Amino acid sequence: MDEALLRSLTPSVLTVLVRRGADFAAAEDAVQDALVEAVRVWPADPPRDAKGWLVTVAWRKFLDATRSDASRRRREDHVEEEPAPGPAPAVDDTLQLYFLCAHPSLTPSSAVALTLRAVGGLTTRQIAQAYLVPEATMAQRISRAKRTVSGVRFDQPGDVATVLRVLYLVFNEGYSGDVDLAAEAIRLTRQLVAAIDHPEVAGLLALMLLHHARRASRTASDGSLVPLAEQDRTRWDTAAIAEGVRILQSALARDRLGEFQAQAAIAALHADAPTAEETDWVQIVEWYDELARLTDSPVVRLNRAVAVGEADGPRAGLAALAAIEDSLPRRTAAAAYLHERAGDVSTAAGLYAEAAHKAPDLAERDYLTRQAARLNARLRN
Amino acid sequence: MAKYLLLKHYRGAPAPANDVPMEQWTPEEISAHVQYMRDFADRLVKTGEYVDGQALAPEGTWVRYDGEGRPPVTDGPFAETKDLIAGWMVIDVDSYERALELAGELSAAPGAGGKPIHEWLELRPFYAASPTDPECHPGG
Repeated sequence: MDEALLRSLTPSVLTVLVRRGADFAAAEDAVQDALVEAVRVWPADPPRDAKGWLVTVAWRKFLDATRSDASRRRREDHVEEEPAPGPAPAVDDTLQLYFLCAHPSLTPSSAVALTLRAVGGLTTRQIAQAYLVPEATMAQRISRAKRTVSGVRFDQPGDVATVLRVLYLVFNEGYSGDVDLAAEAIRLTRQLVAAIDHPEVAGLLALMLLHHARRASRTASDGSLVPLAEQDRTRWDTAAIAEGVRILQSALARDRLGEFQAQAAIAALHADAPTAEETDWVQIVEWYDELARLTDSPVVRLNRAVAVGEADGPRAGLAALAAIEDSLPRRTAAAAYLHERAGDVSTAAGLYAEAAHKAPDLAERDYLTRQAARLNARLRN
Repeated sequence: MAKYLLLKHYRGAPAPANDVPMEQWTPEEISAHVQYMRDFADRLVKTGEYVDGQALAPEGTWVRYDGEGRPPVTDGPFAETKDLIAGWMVIDVDSYERALELAGELSAAPGAGGKPIHEWLELRPFYAASPTDPECHPGG
């Protein structure tokens, strides 16, 4: 049984049912039933046309469920008004499923869960594992999301930016259990790139590939964080980097710069450097300026301050940092780093300890505590 | 088998014997400490006595209901004297004695100078309704 094939077929089968007039939640149930049937039947009796088989079985399941439903007539009328199923329209079906799953009426976490389920074809159990919540909790979250979008029709235009944000959220969730959400996000973004011609979609794919290529080197064997400058660059996935850079270059050539392309450009400059010392910090600062122009987020300004510290020296970095509010996460860690580079070891040690106290996760806290410990040991000697 | 909660404290527990703040250790001492706790949990997984463990961030907020439409009351940023829980581990063991033994072992994690920190851990049994306990089934 080819699970990857089933997963890749799920969204288009679902879209066919919704197009034929099935309500989203009912269509989803019917497709899940058909998938269960496929797992049972296919090993002994593989179909010639897998998608056609799934559509037929899912539609039958949907009709069965509808017939036993009290609202049968209403639904049948609804189906009656629908255009007859005909040749596939020019737009990719899956694209509209993306728009539906990233609908603005959904909370970001619901949009992510629904995307993984409907577009990614992941099981509720896999999604629950990835988010470390009980399966029943995730099932409720998904069915609530399905109810929220159940009245939304497919002919409404969707916002690509929202879809991209949802995919980036999936990417940043990392992984646990048997689904690697970063790899899943890359797979889905590839599909989106194939379906829609938009430089920012390509920019997001490039960004994900460039980050993902360096992932193996980001943690040591004991689980501790390894900062960029100390990463073993021979462990970077050069094929993924080359692909990311290629995709980014053709996106940039279209001269419609967006946030994701600018972020990917920064990631590409890091990935391109043979050693940390050879990083082109001057160009990175220029890209952060572009990014600040596009978003003006304090996180961007913080990262820019660190880059300025590398390009023009730690004093310049600290000056750039001065304009950023104290409460911003990781600001203290950045200040500690810049103070150490400026030679002020005892201030840096204190700031690292303070940053460790405020760290958002355990790996980061341990890393920052170690930095404080390293400097304190130096001060004692 | 009975479940016990091992509570680690940021503050609120008696001071450990080897009382040096972590940022004053050497990086190697920190690694040894983290490794000890990881090995401890791995061993309990193998003996079938591990249930769950999580670390908690130091910053927390007190909240209570304060009437319809009114904001919850918090203790603000002045939490210095508050008992602060740093994390927990849940174990499922045969006896109270075994739970004590494991808590002692976890408390012996190495700290500054590579010597055990002798950290105080709080050991709390879980309430569990026994299906054979008649008092839990009035009328049953």
